[in-house]
Amino acid sequence: MINNSDFKICFSVMTVLTILVGLFQSWGIALSMLNLCLISAVMAMGVNIQWGFAGLINFGVMGFLAIGGLATILVSVPPVPEAWSAGGLGILISGLFLVAVVFSVLIINKKIPNYKYKNYFIFFIIVLSIPLLKFIAGPSISKIESINAATSGFLGGANLPIIFSWFVGAILCALVAFVVGKVCLGLRSDYLAISTLLVSGIIITIVKHEEWLSRGVKNVIGLKRPVPYEVDIQNSEWFIKLVEFFNSSKLSNILDSDEKVSLLNQLVITSSGVFVKLCFSLIFLVVVITILYFSEKALNSPWGRMMRAIRDNEEAAKAMGKNVVKQHLFIFMLGSAIIGFAGAMLVTYDGLFTPSSYQPLRYTFLIWVMVLLGGTGNNYGAILGGFVVWFIWIQSAPFALLVINIFTNHLEETNYIKEHLLNSVPYFRYLMMGLGLLLVMRYRPKGLLPEKIIKN
Amino acid sequence: MDFLNSIILLTNFIIVPGITYGSQLALGAIGVTLIYGVLRFANFAYGDLMAFGTMIVILVTWFLKSKGITFGLLPTALLALPVGILLTIVVSLFFDKTVFEYYRNKKSDPVTFIVVSLGIMFVLNAVVRIIIGPNDINFMDGHKFIMKAREFKQMTGLNEGLALKSTQVITLITTIITCSILFYFLNKTKTGKSMRAYSNNEDLALLSGIDPKKIVLLTWIIVSILATVAGTLYGLDKSFKPFTYFNNLLPIFAATIVGGIGNPLGAFYGGFLIAFSEIGLTYAYKKFFKYIMPEGLEPSTLIQFISTDYKFAISFAILIVVLIFRPNGIFKGKVI
Repeated sequence: MINNSDFKICFSVMTVLTILVGLFQSWGIALSMLNLCLISAVMAMGVNIQWGFAGLINFGVMGFLAIGGLATILVSVPPVPEAWSAGGLGILISGLFLVAVVFSVLIINKKIPNYKYKNYFIFFIIVLSIPLLKFIAGPSISKIESINAATSGFLGGANLPIIFSWFVGAILCALVAFVVGKVCLGLRSDYLAISTLLVSGIIITIVKHEEWLSRGVKNVIGLKRPVPYEVDIQNSEWFIKLVEFFNSSKLSNILDSDEKVSLLNQLVITSSGVFVKLCFSLIFLVVVITILYFSEKALNSPWGRMMRAIRDNEEAAKAMGKNVVKQHLFIFMLGSAIIGFAGAMLVTYDGLFTPSSYQPLRYTFLIWVMVLLGGTGNNYGAILGGFVVWFIWIQSAPFALLVINIFTNHLEETNYIKEHLLNSVPYFRYLMMGLGLLLVMRYRPKGLLPEKIIKN
Repeated sequence: MDFLNSIILLTNFIIVPGITYGSQLALGAIGVTLIYGVLRFANFAYGDLMAFGTMIVILVTWFLKSKGITFGLLPTALLALPVGILLTIVVSLFFDKTVFEYYRNKKSDPVTFIVVSLGIMFVLNAVVRIIIGPNDINFMDGHKFIMKAREFKQMTGLNEGLALKSTQVITLITTIITCSILFYFLNKTKTGKSMRAYSNNEDLALLSGIDPKKIVLLTWIIVSILATVAGTLYGLDKSFKPFTYFNNLLPIFAATIVGGIGNPLGAFYGGFLIAFSEIGLTYAYKKFFKYIMPEGLEPSTLIQFISTDYKFAISFAILIVVLIFRPNGIFKGKVI
């Protein structure tokens, strides 16, 4: 893996970008950029598995990320006992009802394969079940939402360490992807794109409006962390010693002891933030490397070759006796699980879950730009795309500011055009993304790191 | 009396808003379907093209107002519409020349087209936000109401009022005019027929001497007109916000596919189907049943299929149902 040239490019770009930002802006910014780059890289690898390996176009990334985010709440938040006693039973009953509906649909689908009106019958069951579900769950939902509406108003979670939620998010996403895949995967490419985009819209609507489950637009804040809190480190002996050791030259120049203490305090506070981010980076790096290792293994295994064969010529693969439908469903679930994992990572890193922030532009199409720009079908490409795109996304606002200032230097501060342009600086990132995507698609349609065709 | 009241209730809360929203969706959906039929790809930049056209209309409206020009009782935006259409056509043709033409000549697969349309979506998104900002803008002026609910009550003596906003009537009339011209053009004129022929079978159309460049040019012109008109009508009726326009792309796609992609008439019906099911399924019928049910049998619950939060989700669900049962759309579209 280390001898791979793509790996070298990937790694050096990653290091150079982080160091540049660290030197010119600050190490805190550099590390938070690195962390989000790593999370983006995981998302991009998930999409790359679906699109690069199997040619399945999934525009539902946003929905799977939200499910992963939801998992962090379900796993890590402490449960709300009053809410459980008020409406827990009703929710459980309606949950059982939902499971019963799903199973009856599955059984009907399996047992009566050739009945003409089977589909209409299934449709009828699903439509009927919605008002019924509302009827069963409605009273308990309103009870749950009325308990401490300002601070909780939801069922809470299982109060487990948040790391578990990453795996739970992945499993939940795989389950949802199974249902979505059963429905949508038979469609042709562009229809699959549109329908997955719409499905992700439905998922976001549910997460946003089912307040008993996720607190909806009221958000959940103050989630647990897999790393220590800044305040705790600031008070711990070893950390202060560590900071003292690293800054010993700076500190030894100051003779006044009071000044020395205050400087040390300041240094401890700034470096505690950096330290926490560094811990996150290490965890995320482990995740990225693990997923990369397994995807590379999978890509170069007989299974990976089969997936590429299915992608490049479905008919031929079918003729060779490969079960295309089953493999498509499997890889769709696998990719979605990785996306869900990344979604849980993102919410963990942010420390809060805000359903209304999930927008297709940021959470679906930006991830797609990463994959397409980095190189479809190449895991290193996906990681590189994650880094480069996130770097541009973050840095285009300062860059645009610089350019505008240069061009409008001769204008007065109160000039209307200048003020207007300075206000619209954040939107230049969309412009950069669009132009970047169009240029790459035109001049390097296979991405920056194209897929390697292995001949053996 | 109760029966009349119930009818007025439904008209006020379902039929009038449904027709208005349906017209806006229908105009948008016809645009998407024409691009799909002739140029053979799903254009994800369409919502932002609508936003761009509307933005130009708003800017011209502001300019006209600052010069003291208004359109009397009608909104000034209607005066500004031709300029908006013209600039939208220019932008569409610019993107076609710089981006789409290359891939069309290369005969790329539909996914490549979708991806480049995403690129254009990002660019247009940025342009609109940089020029006019991301905020809500209300540019409706002129006479607001044709009939107020209170006036209607006084006039008829009924309990229920029927409010009719002028934007609703303008939307309906504009849609009827635009669609009549469009369908006349597609079905009766020689150019329109050649466009349909090209959409049906490209090679055969080329053999019969139809100039593909002319067809593509024409399609972009029609699509830009439809996008600007639909966007302006939506903005007049509700308000202009770039993000909403992007989101409206989803029900428009739903309407397009439900009606059979590549089939303009289907898209027209699809728009209304989506609009009416969104509004009809999220409306609480309690009051309606209060009027028509005998006393003592009034419902105690809201009689609402699903809460209004799920308005958008309904159109998505309809689309998925249609994709499963009739992937070609309710009105046969292209074979997929």
